[in-house]
Amino acid sequence: MTVYLVRRLIQALFVVLAMSVIVFVGVFAIGDPVEILISPDADQIERERAVQALGLDLPLWQQYLVFLGNALQGDLGRSFVFNEPALKLILQRMPATLELAFGAMFLSILIGLPLGLYAGLRPNAPASKAIMAGSILGFSLPTFWVGLMLIMVFAVQLGWLPSTGRGDTGTLFGLHWSFLTVDGLAHMAMPALNLALFKISLVIRLTRAGVRETMLMDYVKFARAKGLSPARVTFVHVFKNILIPVVTVVGLELGSTIAFSVVTESVFAWPGMGKLIIDSINVLDRPVIVAYLMIIVLMFITINLIVDLTYSMLDPRVRLETKGT
Amino acid sequence: MAEPTLEVRNLRTHFFTRAGVVKAVDDVSFTVERGKVLGLVGESGSGKSVTGFSIIGLVDPPGRIAGGQILFKGKDLARISEEEMRSLRGNRIAMIFQDPMMTLNPVLRIDTQMIETVQAHRNCSTEEARQRARDTLGMVGIPSPDERLKSYPHQFSGGMRQRVAIAIALLHEPELIIADEPTTALDVTIQGQILAEVQKLAATTGTSLIWITHDLSVVAGLADDIAVMYAGRIVEKGAVSEVLDTPLHPYTAGLIGSVPSRNKRGEPLRQIPGMTPSLLNLPPGCAFRTRCPRAADACMAEPAIEQILPGREVRCFRPLTGAAEQAA
Repeated sequence: MTVYLVRRLIQALFVVLAMSVIVFVGVFAIGDPVEILISPDADQIERERAVQALGLDLPLWQQYLVFLGNALQGDLGRSFVFNEPALKLILQRMPATLELAFGAMFLSILIGLPLGLYAGLRPNAPASKAIMAGSILGFSLPTFWVGLMLIMVFAVQLGWLPSTGRGDTGTLFGLHWSFLTVDGLAHMAMPALNLALFKISLVIRLTRAGVRETMLMDYVKFARAKGLSPARVTFVHVFKNILIPVVTVVGLELGSTIAFSVVTESVFAWPGMGKLIIDSINVLDRPVIVAYLMIIVLMFITINLIVDLTYSMLDPRVRLETKGT
Repeated sequence: MAEPTLEVRNLRTHFFTRAGVVKAVDDVSFTVERGKVLGLVGESGSGKSVTGFSIIGLVDPPGRIAGGQILFKGKDLARISEEEMRSLRGNRIAMIFQDPMMTLNPVLRIDTQMIETVQAHRNCSTEEARQRARDTLGMVGIPSPDERLKSYPHQFSGGMRQRVAIAIALLHEPELIIADEPTTALDVTIQGQILAEVQKLAATTGTSLIWITHDLSVVAGLADDIAVMYAGRIVEKGAVSEVLDTPLHPYTAGLIGSVPSRNKRGEPLRQIPGMTPSLLNLPPGCAFRTRCPRAADACMAEPAIEQILPGREVRCFRPLTGAAEQAA
């Protein structure tokens, strides 16, 4: 177990390093922030001073080494725009994105699993067919459009839910969270549902496919031959087997939910990381973009590791020890 | 004679598919006495497994029991509610499946899978259930059952898993065990051990067995009676020694002829020509007619199963009766 973890961490280190090179070069290629940051009226001397202050006069590889050196000390650079550490800017907005992403995940499991289970157990029932048709909509409707429709129906016409912002926040671990207050939850409801829609559909289809496949297995028939109640067969014998693919996909989706909540955050003016990155890309605020991408990479690596660890808990055949190899 | 453990009368299990009605089991009747072993023999697709599933009430749609009676201790299993059937399943009637690699749930520990079976039918504490599970594992010859209870199925070999499955079937000392080719997937040595084990258990506990198999040598050593199935019907029925020594139905004779043996060494194996007909498209008359060496015009009609010798029933217009014919 320990050996496995150490090995995984070393691998992770290389992934981060490789990513940092790609990100750094990529962002460098997008464009020159100087053109945007410095007023067109500035003369040559002012311009050069600014370039020097930002460290943009060095060759690319030297800029990278400086960045790497600083990064090792926990400094991912200062935002050109806000003149604050990029890391701090991102971390400030992280709770908003995290609670949105986890809210969406929670919804997708809460809604997707039972619906998928039902559709899998009763594949020919009209309700199951309606669920499956609905999941196709969930897959194919564009997120931004659904977001706008949600706002139109629930905020504008019915006036039930607020359409923008995080609302009141409560404090936990020194951070502000919307889910701790009723008003915050009301603000969260629509963006979380919007973000969850695709994932609900995904979980429904995965669960249904899993149930359909597992029901045909001999061990399910054997469980029935033992005289177990249908509930026990479904919720213990079938359910534990379908959790394996569901956990994998939901886990991996969590990463992309965090990374790509950009659209939802923009539609609902949710002040999270996604909105920050869009703003930063618009003004070519390199340190923020780089720092954001590095954090997302770290997050994906962590989530993958957690998914692997969860695997070994769910499926006894997966053992993380690498014996004799 | 006491009431038989199981009496199946004119059982019909049909599958209503889009392509037509598949008569997987068609007019099957047999009796299993207490403590006796019935060998149900036939090729793949002959309906022997479906017969087993019909008895235990696990025929899934589009299949269902379309007619007949399954009298278990005088009670018709084809007529009772699902809830009542469930209280018998695993309790008084147990089933063992073919592939031991597939019958145990891979993500649940052995103790979970055994204790749930005990508690499905008996109101007892988990500790008592565990005790029962441990005793039964010991009974089927699993060493250090305490440790083994905490293992997962993948930590067992195939033979061991089948022993666990048998132990699960024995937990409630059922009156009837339906064994669906339980030794087919095992090594010959393991197969021998398991057969001996099961035979001993059946003899000591008075459990009746239906042993479904395509392996005549297994039936020869284990069963008291034999029923040979072809295309959903029983074509021949009788005591094992008599049927195997002097088969009456040409199909039975063909089956026996296709078993390799030492005294037939050097001769080409006699095989039954052709293939099992599709159950959707059975030839009219005797289903075996197209492959039968003795087929005649009479066989265009449908033969009924008849007792032509004491204790011997056969579904054939032209059975192999005379001793001369036997030798041929």
